[in-house]
Amino acid sequence: MTELTGPTNTTKVVVDVMLKPEILDPQGQAVSAALPRLGFNFASSVRQGKRFEIEVEGEVTVEKLAEITKAAETLLANPVIETFVVKVEN
Amino acid sequence: MSLDTVQSAQTTPDRIQPFAELGLKPEEYARIREILGRRPTSSELAMYSVMWSEHCSYKSSKVHLRQFGEKAPHSDALLVGIGENAGVVDVGQGYAVTFKIESHNHPSFVEPYQGAATGVGGIVRDILTMGARPIAVMDPLRFGPADAPDTRRVLPGVVAGIGGYGNCLGLPNIGGEIVFDETYAGNPLVNALCIGVMRHEQIKLAKASGAGNLVVLFGARTGGDGIGGVSVLASETFGADGPAKRPSVQVGDPFAEKVLIECSLEIFAEDLVVGIQDLGGAGLSCATSELASAGTGGMLVALDDVPLRDPSLSPEEILMSESQERMCAIVEPSKIARFLEICQKWDVTATVIGEVTDGNRLVITWHGEVIVEVPPRTVAHEGPVYNRPLAKPAYVDRVAREILELPLPSDSEALKEAIYKLISSPNMADKSWVTSQYDKYVQGNTIQSQPEDSGMIRIDEQTHLGVAVSTDANASWSYLNPYEGAKLALAEAARNIATAGARPLAVTNCLNFGSPEDPGVMWQFAETVRGLADGCLEMGLPVTGGNVSFYNQTGEVAILPTPIIGVLGVIQDVRARTPMSHSAGDLEIYLLGKTEQDFAGSEWAYLHHQRGGVAPTSDLKKEMRLIELLLEGQEIFEAAHDVSQGGVAVTMCEMVLRNKIGATINLVDDAAVALFSETPGRVIVVVDPRNSERLVELAKKFEIELTELGRTGGALLRINEIEIPLAELDLAYTSTFPRLFG
Repeated sequence: MTELTGPTNTTKVVVDVMLKPEILDPQGQAVSAALPRLGFNFASSVRQGKRFEIEVEGEVTVEKLAEITKAAETLLANPVIETFVVKVEN
Repeated sequence: MSLDTVQSAQTTPDRIQPFAELGLKPEEYARIREILGRRPTSSELAMYSVMWSEHCSYKSSKVHLRQFGEKAPHSDALLVGIGENAGVVDVGQGYAVTFKIESHNHPSFVEPYQGAATGVGGIVRDILTMGARPIAVMDPLRFGPADAPDTRRVLPGVVAGIGGYGNCLGLPNIGGEIVFDETYAGNPLVNALCIGVMRHEQIKLAKASGAGNLVVLFGARTGGDGIGGVSVLASETFGADGPAKRPSVQVGDPFAEKVLIECSLEIFAEDLVVGIQDLGGAGLSCATSELASAGTGGMLVALDDVPLRDPSLSPEEILMSESQERMCAIVEPSKIARFLEICQKWDVTATVIGEVTDGNRLVITWHGEVIVEVPPRTVAHEGPVYNRPLAKPAYVDRVAREILELPLPSDSEALKEAIYKLISSPNMADKSWVTSQYDKYVQGNTIQSQPEDSGMIRIDEQTHLGVAVSTDANASWSYLNPYEGAKLALAEAARNIATAGARPLAVTNCLNFGSPEDPGVMWQFAETVRGLADGCLEMGLPVTGGNVSFYNQTGEVAILPTPIIGVLGVIQDVRARTPMSHSAGDLEIYLLGKTEQDFAGSEWAYLHHQRGGVAPTSDLKKEMRLIELLLEGQEIFEAAHDVSQGGVAVTMCEMVLRNKIGATINLVDDAAVALFSETPGRVIVVVDPRNSERLVELAKKFEIELTELGRTGGALLRINEIEIPLAELDLAYTSTFPRLFG
């Protein structure tokens, strides 16, 4: 399936950010506690992260990816308590 | 690794143990072996290492801190003194108030938001543990240069963390300070103070007595938060590459803490606990050993019953975990059902993890096997004590001989420019960029907060009884003369309470210093404690508790000695308090106290990159007379504002800008000295002309110099021939922080 995502030829880069597994996640805990109250009993634990979708002009080169990774380290994620994954979506 | 039990410790005496990595010295490790008569198990080693760390054991400071007890003034107000989670003072009408200040410096450097947030959470639990309802918080802060890139990372994070946690808890933040200096780059100071109130009969203590009583852990589940945080994080200097061992950061959950507060208060109200302790630094190691040590001495804990967030945690990690929002209570078996019922109502996890026993052993088991068997006192109270070498650093005499070369403006244009320069400097500029991120009025009992001299809270809505708290430190004076610096900070904090009309009652402190292994730093510390103890004795104010934070240094550079002194006072009717600024024109402005040439350690000197000369000497007898004058004359004061950093110039600017009502000031002597000198023991007061005679009488009675400065009114700050439009002054005062921090 091919679909244009914008007026120009852009590529989508996704940065997924998650709290490190040992770090307390109050939001995930709140969701986890709310599920059974609503009748959903499948979850033993929930952790919540965040996702950034970045539209990049043209092709994603190695250099651009490195720059995005740097931005993720600096702004999108807090590497002291979070981990992140950078992915190029096709 | 297999479980290290007491039995295996006896059969494998020669196993190599990582005591050095846990921060223990060889002789400390040897002493643990001597106490136990065998090698410690890995769990025991974990407990001793965190409890014998500088942060928990006060091993370098203890010999000095004793002076607070030895020189304690007699005080009828003191209900609970040093040694408990927080001191408690009697404020009258059956009310008791508890307050304490603690540091969270290192965690706030690593992760500013969470570090500052959990700092608030920790001090709030300390106050709660005394049986009190927390009613307000304050945060004295120190950062590197305002325009340094790291300050732009740390300051916004710290401020957001304090606001985020405190606002979620519904606690007003009623004051504190923000000061910038090069020495705090890489070592920001994040101190947190909390005030709580209760009735006298509601005071709770941290002790586990009565064999057969149950040990209950309640609150959040235990995870891998801040493991080794206490011993490694708070007691080791950061190297150039950041912390050597970065522990997992503690994340605070203020909503869990709010529920824990309400749950605990309901439990207290039904008198369901014998003793209680919060879990902060050193977690369960601290709570179990301190409770047992202060009680009858014996306790049996089944560690595998501790509810975990991360089931893979080892027993050593569970003992050292610093997961937030947890409490430990001692409950009689007949009351446990009701206790658990209340916890269930609040959706708070509560688990019986052990019981108080006869004898004097703290025994901890893991699935039935004994992994800890220690005399709790040796863990909690009989840790190592060091009489560390101290030596007056060479700089002290050198800087004392320095002659300050400061430009003292003489003509009107230069004076005006100097006022603008001072008022827009980061240390003097308007701090509302910070304080507006804090909820100052939640709960509806805040009478005053920043930028007033002190924070004031009403504690009884019928009688209008209230308390006021101020925190102060002048690190530049402490650098020049730590003994006088401590006394001057004490005097300033007390004065800041009295200007509003509250009577100073008690003192708390947070002593922030560099490495105690540096004899020069140790000398600064010893002189500070001596000064504070002497000052408190002279002023009749008991020290109710405090906190020491060492190792605030990067490489060889220690922070300026920064003893933050908090003074709490009581005011009978908050409606009668005196504000910092006049709200009408045609009132007379006076200066109480005498202005000398005091530029050493002043803001004017700091702006000219000079930190030398001789710090002012305190005159506490006179400070006390000034306080008595302020209290006796309270009804005639339309406004009263302390003169401190930035001198009369900054004090007057703050007064005219508060309500945007100008003033005309006439200075007869050298205007630059009159405006920028920082002689301690001065207050600017505003009175109605009808009361000026009464003021003259009061000044005579209390032997305080009185100088008429001028009159209120108009849209200008007029000083001799200088005319400063308030709108212009306001712009200079308020635009610094937005410009720096966005």
